[in-house]
Amino acid sequence: MTPQVEAGATALPEARLGLVERAKVRLESLGALARMTGQVFSRAVRPPYNWSALVYHTESLGVRSLPIALLTATFAGLVISLQFGYFLARFGVQYTVGRVVILTLFRELAPVLTALTVGARIGSGMAAELGAMTVTEQVDAIRALGADPLRKLVVPRVLACLLVMPVLTVFADVIGLVAGALVVRMQYALPLEQFFQGALDAVLLEDFVSGVFKGAVFGVIIGLVGCFKGLTVEGGTEGVGRATTQTVAVTSVSVCLADFFITKLTLYV
Amino acid sequence: MRLARSQEPAAFDFRKPTPGEQLIHFEHLTKSFGPKRVYDDLELDVRAGETLVVMGGSGTGKSVLLKCLIGLMRPDTGRVLFQGHDLTRFTEEQFIGVRRHVAMVFQGAALFDSLTVGENVAYPLREHFPDMPEDEVRQRVAEKLTLVNLPGTEKLMPSDLSGGMKKRVGLARAIATDAEVILWDEPTTGLDPVTTQSINELINSMKTKLGVTSIVVTHDMVSAFAVGDRLAMLANRRIVQVGTREEVRRSTVPEVRAFLDARRAELVPGGAS
Repeated sequence: MTPQVEAGATALPEARLGLVERAKVRLESLGALARMTGQVFSRAVRPPYNWSALVYHTESLGVRSLPIALLTATFAGLVISLQFGYFLARFGVQYTVGRVVILTLFRELAPVLTALTVGARIGSGMAAELGAMTVTEQVDAIRALGADPLRKLVVPRVLACLLVMPVLTVFADVIGLVAGALVVRMQYALPLEQFFQGALDAVLLEDFVSGVFKGAVFGVIIGLVGCFKGLTVEGGTEGVGRATTQTVAVTSVSVCLADFFITKLTLYV
Repeated sequence: MRLARSQEPAAFDFRKPTPGEQLIHFEHLTKSFGPKRVYDDLELDVRAGETLVVMGGSGTGKSVLLKCLIGLMRPDTGRVLFQGHDLTRFTEEQFIGVRRHVAMVFQGAALFDSLTVGENVAYPLREHFPDMPEDEVRQRVAEKLTLVNLPGTEKLMPSDLSGGMKKRVGLARAIATDAEVILWDEPTTGLDPVTTQSINELINSMKTKLGVTSIVVTHDMVSAFAVGDRLAMLANRRIVQVGTREEVRRSTVPEVRAFLDARRAELVPGGAS
């Protein structure tokens, strides 16, 4: 059901443990997260399905995250277009800026920046929400009343992240590209048609798909880490605060790690 | 109103006990959290129809006992027998059947913030009896809220309620499925004396009106003596005494004596001497 890490299972705060004990706690935590991941997916594919919760979380996570995702994508598009426009002009190939910008955005910047900004927001939000439920015994109450907290709380959130992140990535692709085109037009007087023509000539479907796929994987990571940190909170409200900051750190590192491996996979397989 | 037999979940076969028979038995229980051991060969039995109060200081593991019974925690060794079933061997899925008959009222009520009072009380009905018609759910919710003296509060949110009202809603939710055993985790902690009295009356009325078996965990001695048919003292990682109110009141067991005297000194300065 919930990750079987009972409250108070580690009697000493991690900060007071030795190096070996601390490594052991981290490994156990990783094992519990892996176990929870398996439990979540086995429940996600078996009925009963909680459609209303899925719709609620998809709408809530997606709509509320749209402004920050679009803002990040806009500035990412602006900055990389400025940078590439400037340096490509040195080699006399300024007209290729659209190609470079679209590939950078689609394959890398849109999914990663969206995951880092949106992930920090929704991951920490989930950790805080579930953490508060854990310390007020609401998660225990769900179990005591005959329900499954993973099915009730975690599956809809993880699936919502899985659905929302690729969509946000696509929005980020489009907005970043448009912002990039506009800044190149204004700064370097490159016609929009030339920018977009170059971009569309360069990009392949797999470039777009690899970014969207990254978004989906990052979404799952964000959902799982946020929920896991929330469900394993210890130490009352102070623990909730700790869980939210840990969620931001863990999701950021996990997204960067996953990005490397997915890039390797999609480039060379 | 009892539930139709066809609506009973199949996982756990509960048989109606005769009053006074042994219903629950904690056998040689040990439990540790890291290096801290909370139980060491703990033994305790609970009889059908009684209200057993488990007393003890803060951090002695009183709530853990309830959580071991309902499967929210697992003992390290030993057995928790419920009508002869060894619950320590139960899977999480099997425990769902147990939780239809054993309900828990949490210390802070643990109401779901995002749901109304009515939805909170309806929650276990929807989980245990997904095919129950909505009219019947509403009727049962109203019935249980009336039983805890909170009729007509279905539309309120938990944030609109006082501490005592939350405890009552928590009880209504716990008894929604007609549970035969109710576990009370510190039911009067943090409440004023008048509300404490009304909660005590509620615990007693559950026994007289519904015939339920209750296990009450508390360090509130006034409450313990007001509701308990038998009282058990948890100290030094085990139950050091179990007895009737009178037996406990006259106890010579040092841990019990210390607890009673400390409470008396708290109520009447100088009363301990």
